[in-house]
Amino acid sequence: MNKKAISLTVNGRVREALVPPRMLLSDFIRHELELPGTHVGCEHGVCGSCNVVVDGKAVRSCLMFAVQANGTEITTVEGYDTAEGLHPIQQAFWEEHGLQCGFCTPGMLAAAKELLAANPDPGDDEIREAISGNLCRCTGYEFIINAIRSAAKAMREAEIQKTLQPA
Amino acid sequence: MKSHLDTNVIPPSRQREAPRAGLTWIGQSIKRVEDPRILTGNGGYIDDFKVPGMAHAAMVSSPHAHARIVSIDTSRAKALPGVIGVYTGEDLASVVDPCPSFASPPIPQTAIAVGKVRHVGEVVAAVVAEDRYIAEDAAELVEVEWEVLPANVDIEASAAATGDALLHPDDRESNVALDESFNFGPVEEDFAAADHIIKRRLRWHRSSAQAIETCGVVAQFDPYKGGYTIHCNSNFYNFIPFVIGGSLRVSPGEMRIVPKLAGGSFGSKVFSHKIIILTAGLARLAGVPVKYIEDRLEHFTNSDSHGSDRLYDAELAVDKDGTFKSLRFTVLDDYGAYLQFGVGTHGNAMAQVTGPYTIGSFGMRVKAVLTNKCQQGPYRGFGSEVTNWLMERMVDAAANELGQDPLALREQNMIKPDAFPYMIPTGNIYDSGNFQKVLAEAKQMFDLDGWREKAKKMRAEGRCVGVGVATCMERSVYGPTEWWSLNNKETPGFTLTSTPESISVHFDPSGKLFVTLHSPMVGNSPETVVTQILAERLTVAPEDIVFNYSDSQSGFNGVGPQGSRFTAMIAGACVSASIKLEERLKRFGAHMLQRRPEDVELRNGMVAVKGLKDQEKSFGEIALTSSFFRLSFPDGEEFDSGLETTAVYDHPLSTDPDEDRKHLGIFYPIVGHICHIVAVEVDPGTGKVEMLDYAAVHDNGTIVNPRTLAGQVWGGTANGIGTTLSEQFHYNSDGQFTNPNFAEFAMPTANEMPRNFKLGHVETPSPFTEYGIKGGGEGGRLGAPSALTSAIEDALSDHGVKITSLPVTPPVLRGLIRDAEQMAAG
Repeated sequence: MNKKAISLTVNGRVREALVPPRMLLSDFIRHELELPGTHVGCEHGVCGSCNVVVDGKAVRSCLMFAVQANGTEITTVEGYDTAEGLHPIQQAFWEEHGLQCGFCTPGMLAAAKELLAANPDPGDDEIREAISGNLCRCTGYEFIINAIRSAAKAMREAEIQKTLQPA
Repeated sequence: MKSHLDTNVIPPSRQREAPRAGLTWIGQSIKRVEDPRILTGNGGYIDDFKVPGMAHAAMVSSPHAHARIVSIDTSRAKALPGVIGVYTGEDLASVVDPCPSFASPPIPQTAIAVGKVRHVGEVVAAVVAEDRYIAEDAAELVEVEWEVLPANVDIEASAAATGDALLHPDDRESNVALDESFNFGPVEEDFAAADHIIKRRLRWHRSSAQAIETCGVVAQFDPYKGGYTIHCNSNFYNFIPFVIGGSLRVSPGEMRIVPKLAGGSFGSKVFSHKIIILTAGLARLAGVPVKYIEDRLEHFTNSDSHGSDRLYDAELAVDKDGTFKSLRFTVLDDYGAYLQFGVGTHGNAMAQVTGPYTIGSFGMRVKAVLTNKCQQGPYRGFGSEVTNWLMERMVDAAANELGQDPLALREQNMIKPDAFPYMIPTGNIYDSGNFQKVLAEAKQMFDLDGWREKAKKMRAEGRCVGVGVATCMERSVYGPTEWWSLNNKETPGFTLTSTPESISVHFDPSGKLFVTLHSPMVGNSPETVVTQILAERLTVAPEDIVFNYSDSQSGFNGVGPQGSRFTAMIAGACVSASIKLEERLKRFGAHMLQRRPEDVELRNGMVAVKGLKDQEKSFGEIALTSSFFRLSFPDGEEFDSGLETTAVYDHPLSTDPDEDRKHLGIFYPIVGHICHIVAVEVDPGTGKVEMLDYAAVHDNGTIVNPRTLAGQVWGGTANGIGTTLSEQFHYNSDGQFTNPNFAEFAMPTANEMPRNFKLGHVETPSPFTEYGIKGGGEGGRLGAPSALTSAIEDALSDHGVKITSLPVTPPVLRGLIRDAEQMAAG
């Protein structure tokens, strides 16, 4: 099978590769780039565990080919935390017990990231709607909703702190 | 008076740490210590693991429910570039024996079908190739010639099947694998003397856990050492690897099973031996390491973890004053094509079959029926979720027929707080409880009186609103006799009576406490609960505790997370280890302080002289000195260097079943109690159910971590909501499984969960476990179906709808409403 050359930015790093046209983005991320945090639960776009953020949108990486990601900017769960520590959404999932087995978590985090980028102060129904495309079998969702609400608050407060600091 | 239970004597308690107020770490909602690595993508699940030279497997699955394999042509598949090998059941049988079976007599099962297939999705051939894409391409090229046989889909029809419809004609002349009857106490007499007999036919349909991660294995075979290295996400790798070794023709010592973090189990990964045997066999045949991860379709159709699928004819004997006298039923259970765990799911249900009520006798006939479906395995509740629902359905039915208030009838028959330990007719005991307190708490939290008024008003407006209350048991800390106690007593099978859990701990020279767990993490919180218990018992700072997981060669007895046992059992092992470690800490520390061991105590991570400040040595100093400065201590083996111990904890309270099965002994005695109350509104035009309000109060004894327990209750309740309202495996008359995917098997999303969920806890500590801890991993699913069913029936009481089968999906409920309307219209 003729491989295609692709170039994309993943977690801030430019990655170039030759991939078969049929290779799923999820497999490319997991097995070619060796970023195992993106999980595959159903391979048909229902469970949302494989969600990654592609050009700012949460996307099912099992429903996209790697070649389609040519030229995009992708963030996976490995790209959320910084030298300062966990991303506020990750921190809130930790504090609010938003995960048990953790398998659906990267997909939930991607959905939350997309939501909070567009809506820094969502109501519970908006949070519920935003994660309704992600299945979790452990938590019953309530603590995930709490975590996203709490992350939103922390991120808003951090934003205010930033504006108060002298330039 | 002489009773059938006289020979079942309750052993004395082995509790060492009494439940008490003022604990430092037990009872705190500390953040989980497992989470940071998982949150950053470094959890280490099975599919994250790879080894050099690893190949990938894909399966050729049966498209038929029941068929003879006439021939298999693998030539086109083998010719595909990148394919390493293609293997049939006969090929695999050259290196691997049939799978273990705990049924007695066993029902033979092979990891790849030999001669015929017995359900859709059963593997008929396997491809090993350079990558999964090529393996799947090649699987498409395998050609199988079939001779289709009659498919058994219906339980009752399969029980009567003959000839070509028999699943295992070489071993059995019937599709009924087991048919046993029991009377625990004077059932006949109690029924003969009762004023009323309430009868119901009840149906519980098949579904399964469907953890978001499927099962998977990476297996390597070393031909020179003759052994296997197997990485997998099974729960159960450290206690009975010899059973897998038997199939793989190696001794347990020649096999290293390494656990990976499992992405959810809920029972579905309790054993998962078939995929281990399959992948290991393929690695041996192909001569390369092999990874096989089930895809979602394979997990639905072939992972041996389907849940209960039962048809009950039940009778409750009741006096005219409402007193429950006796319960009996005949149950047919559709176990699918094989019987890996025998009728363990019915053995489990015997732990609490009479619910929280004083019922003097119980009788049962259980028939395990084989059909052309994937076989059953564990799913959160392991059979007791069904009998909980049955008991509560029968109580609601009795209230309806006697014209009594269902809640008052429950309260009238409830076991009183001074009656514990309470032995039920099967011989199991309820160690402790205060069901009345749980109910009172739930009523208040839900505002039951207020809701009843509100529901009345809403109904007057023509809305279908109802309230349901369920008071259910949550047995925890299972004993293994449940696996075999219902087998024919002439052929009891493997009469296992041990379920140990163990832990290894040592202080490194820097003073960190290194813990090795001998059971895996499956989404529970093993490191967090162990951190809290060891910090409590040894006064170690939680941040100084470090975790490892053993493999089957380096490890020690550990049964793992199942049967709501892990927290209570590991607490026992932690206490045993702490006692041994405390003794060593004191011996070394006292010597360093020039005191006698009896003059020192553990205080905030120090060995300190009793009654004196500043006379102390930190665990770090003691660990360092005991590890590196041998000459600072006297000769003698009691000062052998280092601070290390391994401790095992056996089941705290179990007895053997009676030889004649007059009772089943004590096997699941650490009981919690659950009260769920829910208000629902049904749209009679569509059959859609909306939960308006929900309260759940659970009593799980002493709580180690309230937040992680709440997570278990919430998650279990979500499972129970799915079981009640939407989740069912559908089969057509040919035995085709028609909805094996997440799009059509409807598990609840965030939108299907109740908006006003209130969760409460009552703590009635166990007198038998350390600190009084009880298990709490299954309660949500053990309670939600009963409460929801009751609420829906109440909401539709004006329509005369009776619910005798789950799930009640919108089309099912709409059908019931239509039937009731037509009946009323004559």
